[in-house]
Amino acid sequence: MNVLLDNLSLYGKGLLGTVELTVFASLLALVLGFLMAAFRVAPVGSLRAFGTAWVTVLRNTPLTLLFFAVVLGLPRFGLVLPFNLFAILALGCYTSAFICEAVRSGINTVPVGQGEAARSLGMTFPQTLGGIVLPQAFRSVIPPIGSTLIALAKNSAIAGAFSVTELLGVYKPLSELGYSIIWTFVWIAVGYLIVTLTISALFNVLEKRYGVAR
Amino acid sequence: MTTALYDIPGPRTRQRHRLYGLLSTALILALLGGVVYLLFSTGQFTAAKWTPFTYKGIQELLLRGLGNTLKAFALAAVLSLALGGVLATGRLSEHRIARWVSTVLVEFFRAMPVLVMIFFIYVALQAEPLIALVAGLTLYNGSVLAEVFRSGVHSVDRGQREAAYALGMRKTQVMTHVLVPQAVRAMLPAIISQLVVALKDTSLGYLITYEEFLHAGKLIASNLDYDLPFIPVVMIISPIYIGMCMLLSWLAHWVSQRQRRNPKVEAVEVAAPEPGTLLPGGHRPPA
Repeated sequence: MNVLLDNLSLYGKGLLGTVELTVFASLLALVLGFLMAAFRVAPVGSLRAFGTAWVTVLRNTPLTLLFFAVVLGLPRFGLVLPFNLFAILALGCYTSAFICEAVRSGINTVPVGQGEAARSLGMTFPQTLGGIVLPQAFRSVIPPIGSTLIALAKNSAIAGAFSVTELLGVYKPLSELGYSIIWTFVWIAVGYLIVTLTISALFNVLEKRYGVAR
Repeated sequence: MTTALYDIPGPRTRQRHRLYGLLSTALILALLGGVVYLLFSTGQFTAAKWTPFTYKGIQELLLRGLGNTLKAFALAAVLSLALGGVLATGRLSEHRIARWVSTVLVEFFRAMPVLVMIFFIYVALQAEPLIALVAGLTLYNGSVLAEVFRSGVHSVDRGQREAAYALGMRKTQVMTHVLVPQAVRAMLPAIISQLVVALKDTSLGYLITYEEFLHAGKLIASNLDYDLPFIPVVMIISPIYIGMCMLLSWLAHWVSQRQRRNPKVEAVEVAAPEPGTLLPGGHRPPA
């Protein structure tokens, strides 16, 4: 118990770092994920191919390798950004592939008649997708996106090992100060539980308000 | 390909799509070209950075790393399948205590980041890197697999279970002879996809100095004698990693495709009785 009370500001900073990473990487992942899903159903062949390649490569890349390449590799091209920006970039791109797959399967749950009706009214592809299909797909993709974002919050722990301020990194200064390692980790675990349970509560609310009525 | 999202294009639309296609292809190619130019201009293709990969020692270092990665993966896969089986048995058990304990374990290990568990075992319990990595991966993937197994058993048609009980089988017999074989068939793609996750996560061993593939790459990349060949290392390591994971994902996809075509998995379609046919029992269906 002492570990937490003595180092409340350290834990707070770590928790804040994890929350910040999660929020910004989620936004990036959602934007990229929806864009790639749109690409993957587009009538233009090269966009479809690009979307497919993006998803296949990123889904099969170990996140540690991606972090390794982005955090340690991009500076060699003269691109020097703060570490947490690199981390957001890596996490966001990685998760966008999973968001894309969730959205695409959501698009498939929308009844065919909806798209056909939109077409028969003379709507173009962007109008059909943006105005008719995606809003309905959104309702059924809330739960899978929620679990993807929870996975993102858990994956953000990897950033801590690449010298980004976040919750897991807290253990290092504390073990040097000689606190009990077990309790240090217990409070780190509680911190992660707070983040993931908050996301899951948020998505429960969203699901209740906007989800498909069953 | 037919889709409900856009009409089958006419000649003018086809022309327009071709234009868009050309523009986007040009854009993508320009981006790729930019990356290649950047690689050249920062001197990533110099001989000094690439010759080390022809040395026997370096190749052996990389191969040993790959071997360690595969070793960790094999151990984690086997152990997490076993743990998943045990936890799923617990969750499906009729004894309340077993059910309660395994539910708590599964929910806890699924909610924790794998890396926190690995670090906990490595730092707090002072385990060897390999043991910490394998144990962390096993706890996480075992819990996820337990849920996969459980939902697989639940997905088997209720009539199967009822019929087995009606034949007088004991609950263990029902499980092992009737439910599990069908559940494993249905769940095989999901199980293999989870193994892909385990394979990807073996790279976390790099963070606790387990001498796996990425670690070997890092050793080479930080060697001043070879002019710090970081980008070449990434260019060699990532296709191998991605290729291994893709192969396994592709296997999962192949299995699921095969099952979709398999008549044993599909329900046999029964033709609707026509007015003339005699139904079992000897009476005619109402016309």
